[in-house]
Amino acid sequence: MADDIGLLNRPAHELAALIRSGEISAVAVTEASLARIEALNPTVKAFLTVTPDLALEAAKATDDALARGEELGPLAGVPIAIKDNLCVDGVLCTCASKILDGYRAVYDATVVERVKAVGMPIVGKTNLDEFAMGSSTENSAFFVTHNPWDLSKVPGGSSGGSAAAVAARMAPLALGSDTGGSIRQPASFCGITGLKPTYGRVSRYGLVGYGSSLDQVGALAADCVDAALLTAVIAGQDPRDTTSADVPVPDYVGELTGDVTGLRVGIVRELMGEGIDPEVRESVLTVARALEGMGASTGEASIPHIDYALPVYYLIGPAEASSNLARFDGMRYGHRTKERAADHIEMYSRTRAEGFGPEVKRRIMTGTYALSAGYYDAYYLKAQKVRTLLRLDVEAALGQFDVLLSPTTPLTAFGIGELVNDPIAMYMADICTFAANLAGVPGLSVPCGFTKAGLPIGAQFTGRAFEEGTILRVGDAYQRATSHHTSLPDLLGAGG
Amino acid sequence: MIPVSVTRDDVAHVAKLARLAMSEQELDQMHGYFEAILEHFAKLAAVDTEGVEPTSHPLARANVTREDRVTEPMDRTKLLANAPLADGECFLVPQIMEDE
Repeated sequence: MADDIGLLNRPAHELAALIRSGEISAVAVTEASLARIEALNPTVKAFLTVTPDLALEAAKATDDALARGEELGPLAGVPIAIKDNLCVDGVLCTCASKILDGYRAVYDATVVERVKAVGMPIVGKTNLDEFAMGSSTENSAFFVTHNPWDLSKVPGGSSGGSAAAVAARMAPLALGSDTGGSIRQPASFCGITGLKPTYGRVSRYGLVGYGSSLDQVGALAADCVDAALLTAVIAGQDPRDTTSADVPVPDYVGELTGDVTGLRVGIVRELMGEGIDPEVRESVLTVARALEGMGASTGEASIPHIDYALPVYYLIGPAEASSNLARFDGMRYGHRTKERAADHIEMYSRTRAEGFGPEVKRRIMTGTYALSAGYYDAYYLKAQKVRTLLRLDVEAALGQFDVLLSPTTPLTAFGIGELVNDPIAMYMADICTFAANLAGVPGLSVPCGFTKAGLPIGAQFTGRAFEEGTILRVGDAYQRATSHHTSLPDLLGAGG
Repeated sequence: MIPVSVTRDDVAHVAKLARLAMSEQELDQMHGYFEAILEHFAKLAAVDTEGVEPTSHPLARANVTREDRVTEPMDRTKLLANAPLADGECFLVPQIMEDE
């Protein structure tokens, strides 16, 4: 058992190498992951559903393939956790909402199909803010997930379950989704690496939609090598998602050369001042110094319209959500009210009132308002125009620099319950991450230190569209020179 | 022009459009939230967007088409298993038209 725990503290690429060399079986790795979930999940509460049968069957298939002398892929046999807004055929898919309580997916999301195809055992479905709307995972209709670094703190959100699962090494890798920061922000709060790919890089087929022009599926991982490996598995065009891009997928791992000589890093001025915790700012500046030491150059970048990112995001995201969530009407699947309704409209209204939680209702309401007659031009269209200006700002900054550097979050993980009664204060947790979604470009969060209180701090690299390889290369170079990403929460015990 | 305030009746109207039944207390709370978030939305009025094209989507894509192909349909039993009410062949939904 002690050996098993030490085993899981290794990054996914090392586990995969041990499996390929026959030193350990994929079944043993999956059993270790399931055992750790059993041991830690009652405390951390990262998983909504655990799928041991599915996982062990896949692990056995990998072991059998190896025994037959087949060539295994770079992540074969490595267990993975899946955010509960991604469909896994036959498995509960609740989006942490009462309206989908008991719903079983009837097909695999494309990303799920792809991780299965490379032999990755799925160990379970992770908690999230209901329908991915939130920054703390407290909006889950079922329970709150705890940050493995400090159980009194939130793990961030909305992919808080996936981030906590990887931080506590219950699974070496996880999939999340990011609409305004939902991979990067929890990765930052939980001291792990998280990549939101370029819009269109990864198929959204089988991802329950929130903001369809913003949503992207991505990796939560122990380090940049693992994030690169998983991104390579899930990236690429999919005929079932017409917004997935016909752009070749490069060899992301091959791009991790460790060399950042001559790379131009722009530090985003607007995200280094007021509202940013001084400890966070200092820590991000140490990243800049480290990169300079490796031969990169740094300078000041500017995204002048970034102050408008919050209102633009909270108009466009909810407008798209109000349309996407119209499908939950209690007719074909999900919850239907037991109350007697005078007509079908009343039945929809009661079903939705009972099924959706407060934050989802707020976003459906603002979105409906912004799209309603008389307000469309003033709100939705105006927000789309300011989105253009923001996108042009980001593109201009990325013309001047190869990557942009900023904090991932203005503050580190806050206390459970601290912001639940102030939704707009909660929205501020994502002010550093909105721009990448609005511009459609990739963003990466890497651990860059700890506060005096011992909470992880994240640095964010933002790159040009379809240049995930560049930000991963910078993140990897930084991780080769530092050890923040190998620190583990005390929860895992000393010497792990 | 960006409206800076919203009445409780406006909020009740939006709830109706959004098909969300709300208690009086919920309407009060939602009204408070609207007042607060509208302050943030109002900041957009200061941005000059004269002549700026709206971004509806981060990728500039034209229509995407594919060959029309016959493929296997999804399994009906599996789909109906998730229905709140079904008779084995069809979803059962409330009657919306009067009997003859």
